[in-house]
Parts: sequence; structure tokens; C-alpha cells
Amino acid sequence: MSVDIRLASSRPAGTDLYHGENPGNIVTPGDVITADSGFMRGHGTYMEDECLHASVAGTVERVNKLISVRPLKTRYNGEIGDVVIGRIRELAQKRWKVETHSRMDSVLMLSSVNLPGGELRRRSEEDEKMMRHYLKEGDLISAEVQNVMSDGCLSLHTRSLKYGKLGQGCLVCISPSLVLRRKTHFHNLPIGASIILGNNGFIWISPTVQDKSEESGGYETNLQPIPKLDREVIARLRNCVLALAECKMLLFDTCILYAYEASLKYAVKDLLKPEVAVEVVDLVRQRLELEGS
Amino acid sequence: MAGMELLSDQGFRMDGRKPNELRRIRFKKGVFRQADGSAYLEQGNTKVLAAVYGPHEIRGSRGKALHDKLLINCQYSMATFSTQDRKRRPRGDRKAQEMTSHLKQTFDAVVLTELYPKVQLDIFVEVLQSDGGNYCASVNAATLALMDAGIPMKDYVIACSGSHMRDTPIVDMNHLEESSGGAEVIMAILPRCDQIVFLEMNSRLHEDHLSGVMDHVMVGCKDIFNILNQQVQDELCQKTELDKIVTTG
Repeated sequence: MSVDIRLASSRPAGTDLYHGENPGNIVTPGDVITADSGFMRGHGTYMEDECLHASVAGTVERVNKLISVRPLKTRYNGEIGDVVIGRIRELAQKRWKVETHSRMDSVLMLSSVNLPGGELRRRSEEDEKMMRHYLKEGDLISAEVQNVMSDGCLSLHTRSLKYGKLGQGCLVCISPSLVLRRKTHFHNLPIGASIILGNNGFIWISPTVQDKSEESGGYETNLQPIPKLDREVIARLRNCVLALAECKMLLFDTCILYAYEASLKYAVKDLLKPEVAVEVVDLVRQRLELEGS
Repeated sequence: MAGMELLSDQGFRMDGRKPNELRRIRFKKGVFRQADGSAYLEQGNTKVLAAVYGPHEIRGSRGKALHDKLLINCQYSMATFSTQDRKRRPRGDRKAQEMTSHLKQTFDAVVLTELYPKVQLDIFVEVLQSDGGNYCASVNAATLALMDAGIPMKDYVIACSGSHMRDTPIVDMNHLEESSGGAEVIMAILPRCDQIVFLEMNSRLHEDHLSGVMDHVMVGCKDIFNILNQQVQDELCQKTELDKIVTTG
């Protein structure tokens, strides 16, 4: 067995694209953004002495009269309609508490899930007793944000067949700011795996399933062993996603696919080596630049 | 004894610094992957790790939650190997407890706590090597970790220590100077609005010297601020440069 050892100092540094000039929209906490009172203050800012100050380190974004500062890294701030992946933490009265990397546990109400059979009816006491039968602590789900409460707590729903309990697959957790907002976050990649890019930075990679059984409502997990070939694809995708996230690339389906293709000349486990990861990401970056221009 | 006086006739301190000279500062943000924000900071031979977790659901008893603002939970600890004599410090160390409450007060004042009601923020600080100015290094490291986590703050909080020797104020004391028995003034400020968040004095200092020492410590804090801010901005520029490729591409 060969062992790979390296010093921390010999790790490749990220490509240095910055050449010393400040683009002007970079602020750190306490910086004055503007002394003009004609602007509205958004997230990441506060008002003092009639000046608008930044409260986080990041880039200033301006939409008409609204000024906000977007930090590089935060917890997930939910928006209505976002696709999220979460883990059930706790069962409570008629609801599940779900961990979604938000600042509070999100809530999935019993009334906002599809029950097996797909029939629409009032939730009875029987259903309440059966809650743990559908989803229990530790289960992973995909869901959509239905509402954001005033204190920042998210309320989720799974009232569509594409949402629901997740079966076999691989979860990757990255920073929520690295997931690019797109029209769709569910992708069936042509390489035999599906990927769900949760807006909350949780990414689910699973083998593509052909027929989704509708009568069980998606609460039955298919526990059939997955062929080794599919598992390798999933592992490769996972390592690609981690490599892209490590180099702070925004994630969307094309760039993941490009990374997968660029990585094919390496063994799956070699992708974990920093220099290989950097090289794969560089190839992806070049290809994106080429197509962008 | 030659070479062992706190301030030589030529105006140099024991480690060769001038009275108002700082020790070398180096830091790195984002050293942990698990934590929401983290930072490693060296001020001379004082080395500190800070990690921030949260804001997240209240852990432990729900009763601790504050209905209108964020609950800040600090923990300061020193590694067994951080001082000259190896010493096991269980969690209840009195010095660590005091430091913990000082840190909590400091960050309660500067984090915009009213934005996050009913949740909790954990700040963990661990001193890896102690060579004087532990509080200062802890505050500076925790500030960077909070910034890394994207927690809204009014300003940077920067701390620095100082004293008075042979009629000259000195700043950023090391362990030898701290343990020489002279007075020590520790100050944490918001550098851009010139506000003092925390002020502590050990031992006795003549009233007439106090304002002079405080002025010099204030300048020291601002020097530290400039060093930190420059590097933070450079790192931000690099990251935004990367983003452009995807958004334009």
C-alpha cells in the first residue's frame, strides 16, 4: 500500500488572479458605504450618524435605491421557492424539525407533505401517530421553501413528487453562497447519476432511478445494491464537487459536468490530492471562459 | 544587568523593539472546514486559534434563549503546552473563566445582536502558545473569525496592551514585560469610530501617565487594524475576481 504524505507548505496555492487594484466595491465591517441619505439599507449594512456603514466583509450590491453587502460565507438565508436538502432532527406536534444549515431549524408541517396514496384529505390523528413511520430522525429530504417567518425560521413543503425522502446516495455540504441560483436544481446527468443542488449548500448525488413508484408516495426507500460502476460515478462526482468548492467556483450543472469530464484521466481517489483538484478546476475554468467569450 | 533591563538606555526593549513597535502579526482565515468561521493569528510568539459556530438553534436548555437578541456563548481555553510550565487546565480555570466573560462582554457590544433573535452564537478561542497579550490576540483572532463567518458587526474590534516604563509608554507587551511587575493597560477599541469597548488595568500606574499610555495603546490598536484590514481586503478582492469568470461566462 502506498502512502501519500505532503507538507502543508507544499500545498499548491490557488491561482493568483488578483493584481493589486481594488475594484472599489469591497468593504469590511465599519466601512462607510455612502453618506447620501437617499438610499435604503439592505442586508449587511447599518445606519449610524446618518451614514450607511457595512456590517460584514464582502461586496456591495446595489439594486436601484437598495444597498446591501453580500458576505463571502454565511449560513443559509432562505428565500421562498428555494430547493433545499435537509435532515430531520426532531418530531414535534404535527411537524418535523429539519436541519438545513439555516440559523434556526426549519419546519416541515404534516399538512404540507404528500401522504402515501396521493389523496388530498384532512390530516387525522391517525396520520399524526404515523409521522415517524413516514420520516424519522436522521432521514434526509429534499423540499422547497414555502415561507420565511419573521424570525428567519423557514417553513418547508414537499407537495410535489420531485420532493420527498432521499434514498441511497451521497451528501456533500459546501457553502450556500457557492450554489448558483438556476431555474432548475434537479439534474439528471447523462453519466448515469442525478444531482440535486440545494440552495442551502447541501448537494445530493444519487444514481438515476427510472420509475418512481407513486403509490408509496416516495416514503419507501429502495435498498437494492447499486452496481460498482454507478458508485464510482457518484464518488467521482462527489470529489469533483469538493474540488470545485475548494477553489471557490460557483456550482451549476454544466461546470460539474465539465469537471467530471476533465477528471476522467485520473483515478477517483487521486482527485482528493490538492494539485490534481487544482488542475481539474483550472481546466473547467478555461473551458467556461472559452465558451463565455 | 546588561541586556535584561526592560528599556535600555538606547531606547530599545528586551526583544529589540522600539517602545511603540508592535510584534509581527500574521493570520489566516478559514482554517477549519467544519466551523462557520475560523481564524489563526500570531502576534509575535503568541498564537491563537478562534472558531465561530452559528448562529444556530439554542443548544442545551431552551430557557437560555433571549427573545429579542442573539445569545453569545464564548469559551476561552489555553492548551496544556501553551506556557513554559506544562499544566493541565480543566475547564473551570479561574483565569479562563474571567477571560471568557471579558470576551463575551466585548463581542456583545460589537455584534449586531438584535438581528438574530432566539438563536445562539458560539465563539471558541484556544491559545496555542502564550507569550503575553493573550486577551488581545484572542479578541483580534475572534474578530477575524466572526468576519469569516459573515456575522454582522459594527466595526472591527481590535485589542492591544501597553504600559509605562522609564517615562516612556510602550505598547504590545510580551510575557517578560507583563511579568516584570509593572502596570498593564489592556484596551479593546472600535478603530474607526474611536470607541473603547473594553479597558482593564493591572497593578498601579500614576494618574498622570494614564492618558499618555492610553493614547499610545490606541495608536497601537489602529496599527493592528490597518495590518488586518489590508490583508482582509486583499483576500476579498481575489475571491471576487474568481466569481467574475462564472458570472460573465
